[in-house]
Amino acid sequence: MSATTIFGLCAAALVGVGLFGLIVDPQPLRKILAFNVIGSGVFVLFGAVARRGAAEGMGGDPVPQALLITGIVVAFSATALAVALLLRLFNVTGSVTLSSDAPHEERLDGGNAWRRRP
Amino acid sequence: MSTVLDIMTFFAVLTGAFFFLAGTVGLLRFPDTLSRLHALTKADNLGLGLVVFGLLPQAGGVSAGLKLVCIWLLVLLASATVSQLIARAARQHHARA
Amino acid sequence: MIETLNTSVAVLILALAIFTIATRELFAAAVGFIAYGLLLTLVWVQLHGLDVALIEGAVGGGLTGVLVIASAARLRDTPATAAVRLGASARAAAAIVAGVVAAALAACVLALPDPASTLAPQVAANIAATGVGNPITAVLLAFRAIDTLLEVIVLIFALIGVWSLAPDGVWGGRPGPRYEADPNGILAYFARILPPIGIIVGIYIFWVGADHPGGKFQGATFLAAMWLLAARAGLTDAPPISRVWLRIVLVAGPMVFVAIGLAGAVTAGAFLAYPAGYAKPLILAIEWALMPSLALTLALLMAGAPQRPGMP
Repeated sequence: MSATTIFGLCAAALVGVGLFGLIVDPQPLRKILAFNVIGSGVFVLFGAVARRGAAEGMGGDPVPQALLITGIVVAFSATALAVALLLRLFNVTGSVTLSSDAPHEERLDGGNAWRRRP
Repeated sequence: MSTVLDIMTFFAVLTGAFFFLAGTVGLLRFPDTLSRLHALTKADNLGLGLVVFGLLPQAGGVSAGLKLVCIWLLVLLASATVSQLIARAARQHHARA
Repeated sequence: MIETLNTSVAVLILALAIFTIATRELFAAAVGFIAYGLLLTLVWVQLHGLDVALIEGAVGGGLTGVLVIASAARLRDTPATAAVRLGASARAAAAIVAGVVAAALAACVLALPDPASTLAPQVAANIAATGVGNPITAVLLAFRAIDTLLEVIVLIFALIGVWSLAPDGVWGGRPGPRYEADPNGILAYFARILPPIGIIVGIYIFWVGADHPGGKFQGATFLAAMWLLAARAGLTDAPPISRVWLRIVLVAGPMVFVAIGLAGAVTAGAFLAYPAGYAKPLILAIEWALMPSLALTLALLMAGAPQRPGMP
């Protein structure tokens, strides 16, 4: 079993595990972690396929690897935005649930001053 | 000569790996945070030092060997700082609890 | 022998991912995710992608890990969220869906065409014209420069998205809380010792990326991380995001990139084409311009939305 096969199968399993975690866990930060696991599984899959393209003295096909560098940085920026949204949700409502019928204190002025609903 | 160096590498890296294992056993088996930190930091740093020492003959140049030693020193610095910070936080948490 | 190593690393990674998904505590999941990201670096080394290993360790393990740990620490003490855990039948359905997706991907992996289709020969044939020795850098900045340009612009969009989450009263203010640490304590000492070393290492990694594994993304991550360390130790404070110099530094890199691209459209016939013989200096100019912008963008993405007013 070459490195491609081993890590390719591992990547497929990672995507499955991440997808299960994304669907099942209600906490938004856990969903973000699961999404990152899916993303890294896809990246490893890319890298395993790139390894197969080794030729001309290079260890792997450089074009997928360059795209992976782009992908990892963009995935980080998406995670940063998602975490900022989550923290803003936490500041505004005081809890981090995504279900709309959960009890929460509503800020009357959109989160600029804390005011508890009587 | 290179066989002697290879044997030295093998045994140094093996001993280093053993120290890593010992540190992890300490992490799992010790009762509280402070003793776990103690075991982990000391054993892991010694283990890393032995691994670096074992890899020095294989480094292929003075600058590569110096880089390996720098890695060990930086990890030493970082782990000392982090273990101090964790220990202080654990103590405050313990005092509050 | 190598197969044993690869198999053990793959099994370890899978175990860590399952732990991250399945553990009950939020903080434990965040720590498991950091360990998972760092172990992925080893996978990249085994797959002979050293540039990708560097960026995964720096961004995937390091920056994402800091982000996740900081938010997990803030959310750890929330009162029990009205979290509706899915019933057993929904979990079974999710498991089936995940299993089907994983099996489909595994089937694709096992059915890869033989011989492998690859672009390495084309890259090797044309890399001499670019003047750089590292094929990844050549792909990033010469053959697929449009992807790099769009990536930098996406980073700025994400930053604008993060900034837009500021409350009205602190619009344009300083991101993040003011961190205080004992000025004689160990964190402040560490934050004085490490940044000079980190800045040198970051610039070295950026400089050596032309011919060896490295590059500007990895180097910019180092610079952003050193700034982050100094800010967390209270040695420096985040600037208000309304400052003009901050916005100029942020857009200077992409602007230079676009300008060189437009100049290439005029002189060499296509957007981001390099005139013959000028490829290496233009690539260097783009990299030197992008480096401070990238470092500042990554650092500000880590700092988050403004929380304090800009005027002291």
